[in-house]
Amino acid sequence: MSATHLYVHLPFCAHRCGYCDFVTAVGRRPQHAAYTEALLAELSLERAELAPELETIFLGGGTPSFTESGALERLLSGLPAAAEVTVEANPETVTVALARLLARNGVTRVSLGVQSFQRHLLAVLDRLAGPEDARRAVGLLREAGFDNVSLDLIYGIPGQTGAELEGDLADALSLEPEHISAYELEAKPGTRFSRRHGAALETQSQAMEHYIELVVERLTGAGYRWYETANFCRREGQACGRDLRSRHNLGVWLGHDYLGLGVGAVSTVGERRWRNAASLEGYLAALAAGSAPLREREELLPEVRATERIMLGLRLDEPLALGELSGALDERALARLEGLGLAARDAGTLALTRRGRFLGDGVTASLLA
Amino acid sequence: MDQQHIRNFSIIAHIDHGKSTLADRILELTHAVSARDMRAQVLDSMDLERERGITIKAQAVRVHWKGYELNLIDTPGHVDFTYEVSRSLQACEGAVLVVDAAQGIEAQTLANAYLAIENNLEIVPVVNKIDLPQADPDGVAAQLAALLGDAPGRVLRISAKTGVGVEDVLDALIERIPAPTGEPSAPPRALIFDSSYDQYRGVVAFVRVVDGTFAPHDALRAMALETRFEAQEIGAMLPVMTPLPALGAGEVGYVVTGLKEVSELRVGDTLTSERRPASTALPGYKDVKPMVFAGLFPTDSDAYPELRDALEKLKLNDAALFYEPESSQALGFGFRCGFLGLLHMEIVRERLEREFDLDLLVTAPNVAYRVRPVNSSAWVEVHTPSDLPDGVEEIEEPYIRAQVIVPKEFVGTVIELCSQRRGHFDHLEYLSEERALLTHELPLAEIVLDFYDALKSRTRGYASFDYDYIGFRPGALARVDILVGGEPVDALSLIAHRDFAYDRGRALVERLRKEIPRQMFDVAIQAAIGSRVIARETVKARRKDVTAKCYGGDISRKRKLLEKQKEGKKRMKRVGGVEVPQEAFLAVLNLNDGGVGSGVRK
Repeated sequence: MSATHLYVHLPFCAHRCGYCDFVTAVGRRPQHAAYTEALLAELSLERAELAPELETIFLGGGTPSFTESGALERLLSGLPAAAEVTVEANPETVTVALARLLARNGVTRVSLGVQSFQRHLLAVLDRLAGPEDARRAVGLLREAGFDNVSLDLIYGIPGQTGAELEGDLADALSLEPEHISAYELEAKPGTRFSRRHGAALETQSQAMEHYIELVVERLTGAGYRWYETANFCRREGQACGRDLRSRHNLGVWLGHDYLGLGVGAVSTVGERRWRNAASLEGYLAALAAGSAPLREREELLPEVRATERIMLGLRLDEPLALGELSGALDERALARLEGLGLAARDAGTLALTRRGRFLGDGVTASLLA
Repeated sequence: MDQQHIRNFSIIAHIDHGKSTLADRILELTHAVSARDMRAQVLDSMDLERERGITIKAQAVRVHWKGYELNLIDTPGHVDFTYEVSRSLQACEGAVLVVDAAQGIEAQTLANAYLAIENNLEIVPVVNKIDLPQADPDGVAAQLAALLGDAPGRVLRISAKTGVGVEDVLDALIERIPAPTGEPSAPPRALIFDSSYDQYRGVVAFVRVVDGTFAPHDALRAMALETRFEAQEIGAMLPVMTPLPALGAGEVGYVVTGLKEVSELRVGDTLTSERRPASTALPGYKDVKPMVFAGLFPTDSDAYPELRDALEKLKLNDAALFYEPESSQALGFGFRCGFLGLLHMEIVRERLEREFDLDLLVTAPNVAYRVRPVNSSAWVEVHTPSDLPDGVEEIEEPYIRAQVIVPKEFVGTVIELCSQRRGHFDHLEYLSEERALLTHELPLAEIVLDFYDALKSRTRGYASFDYDYIGFRPGALARVDILVGGEPVDALSLIAHRDFAYDRGRALVERLRKEIPRQMFDVAIQAAIGSRVIARETVKARRKDVTAKCYGGDISRKRKLLEKQKEGKKRMKRVGGVEVPQEAFLAVLNLNDGGVGSGVRK
């Protein structure tokens, strides 16, 4: 068993946004180089987990584009080649120099954390960029030759109206991105953000069912394919036959193996899953000493992987090939869901209907035997 | 002791008018208990009684005063136990009627006084709490004298708390209450007025000997139930159980029976000797029937065996408690229990929760109905609304006579309330210039619903209320079913008067709509009489139930959430294809959470 997908975690950010629950580290520029060296050290330790030829690499964060440029270039040049190499970037970090650096180091795809085009909503999210930064960043990336740009949007922001969400969608579409990810804002209970915006979040949670419908309606109406619950890409017909789905994430959703490097990164290879500890200091120290970082391990029994295959596969528009997964399904529940027009079975495959996809969690929970 | 020197009496009073305090003072004065040793209020032995200030189980204490043997027979203070009260009173020749000098006559004062009069008891009227600043001893004495047709001068004025006047009460008992007049040489007869269960000795009967003599090791028989046993011990409470060589005519004491179940010995039954049996039993024995029914379910379904064991144990000491297993699709396994009334139900619930540490769901109570199904000549009793047959030729419900005492400005309010609750006005009289006594006849079902709460709130807490059963009467009653997703929910069926069926069905349907979570499809909630839908609500389908984000880093967490969601679904009850959380039914049904109706509380 070996992975064809590689995830690399770059935790550094200029500051921490209130709603964020990823493993991040603010500032620490002097440590960036040591960290990217440690990543490459972990890569060589785990090289055996990777296939000789990689399909995708994904640099996520944190804010990978915030990483000190020398360290970032050293990292990119030290990674193996892959057909798709994605880097996440915040709009305000995108400069001519960064765009060129990414382009000359094999990056094929940039995912921009735009979140909103409304200044006051960006402020609620603690984002540093303004709406003009997003437009400028897309322009710079296009100039540097990138023909695969993704924009991240967040909806359900405290204070956001339905009209403002429509505005964000229209602004995003006007930049003609190849790919759009649209996420419902998930505020973790008990965080400062949740406490500060409690009442507004409650209001938004009631509007959320309208928002997700609005997002899907607008984006599919503009010729995008709703290929995963929160992800959209231009249809092949409008993209010169290119499949613009995120190949990296698609791999995960199809249940392929992946290796993750860096603090807090998760790997899944065969029946093993492990998660690196979140401590930056611990990670640096372990790899400086030539050993793997502290890891939390989980054994994935075949039935667990089957459950995950169904859970992830039903997020996609592509029907899920059942094969040996049939045993993990509750036949009676499936018949009931078909009766309700939420799921459809066809020649050994299963897919959720449009309404079924909006109810994906409930439908999946019912389907699992 | 010769009968001339025996006096048997009870103390009767409205709640909190000072019955137990007077009993304590009497025990102290007669040196039955030293003040130092005495727990306050010796007679109320259960914690619960002490806390609620009511006496649940009657007991008898023997004391001595100026050469006389006085037997104080305690009575339950509440109407649910009217039958027990009447048996206790039958064991006496007299009663001390205690009235609070500040409160005056209350509904229970009347109910108990009438019971005493019916039993031909000599009443010694006492105005208590004369030391209170707001006391009106003269006014209350005048009310009492008018009620009893006595001279105001014969009403004693005391403070049981300070002890003032208590000796006069003892003297008055000896002077005014007649001595027992049984036949010492006749075949023995004793009235059972109470019983309790002792873990080591079995059932203990509390008795008043009317004729003859009872001695240890006598072969005895309870005449109505034909229960036979040997008296293992005979004695009296002095105030602790003290064995004696015999109990003679006119005396009060206990008999240790060795029987294993209280149901083998009923209050009101007559004990006689096998060797020289009496030919006729003492009058007045009744088989008391529960009138109020409710489902008791453990909140945690695994606790069913514990609930069963606890009910078995309670039943040992409470012959009036009825229970049978019941299973409901909404609530799982539990018991349908029958009670003498709402207070009895409250007491049982509290004892189960407190003494047995059970977490209980108590469904809204209903009354017993008598039903004659279509094409049948036989009447059946129905204890559960969903058991009411579809075709009913005749149906009857229990009625009560309610007595309400209120300040006169609330007379109109009370009449209005009773008429809203299908009551018939009977009569109105004034106990004083300020206080009126209203008598109505009402269906018990209306009382069980929320009458007492409504009465309290509409009279700003001034009303006092009591009732007694007057029998079954026909009613225009119908079974209202509640349907979820087209399927009836057994536990939610109710029997209502046709005039109120719509409102009650509507209320339940609305409540349920708020409690049932949105599903993946529209859910109809309906109230129906037979096939006719009288109220309908819809829980609209959910439009979104999906997590926005799921990448390689959070698959395990999402999977666990999904498994949790799946587990949650397993705990749901499926009704008509609808997943309903148990909590939804609990919220609609549970009395503890202020669901539908609430009990009589003081």
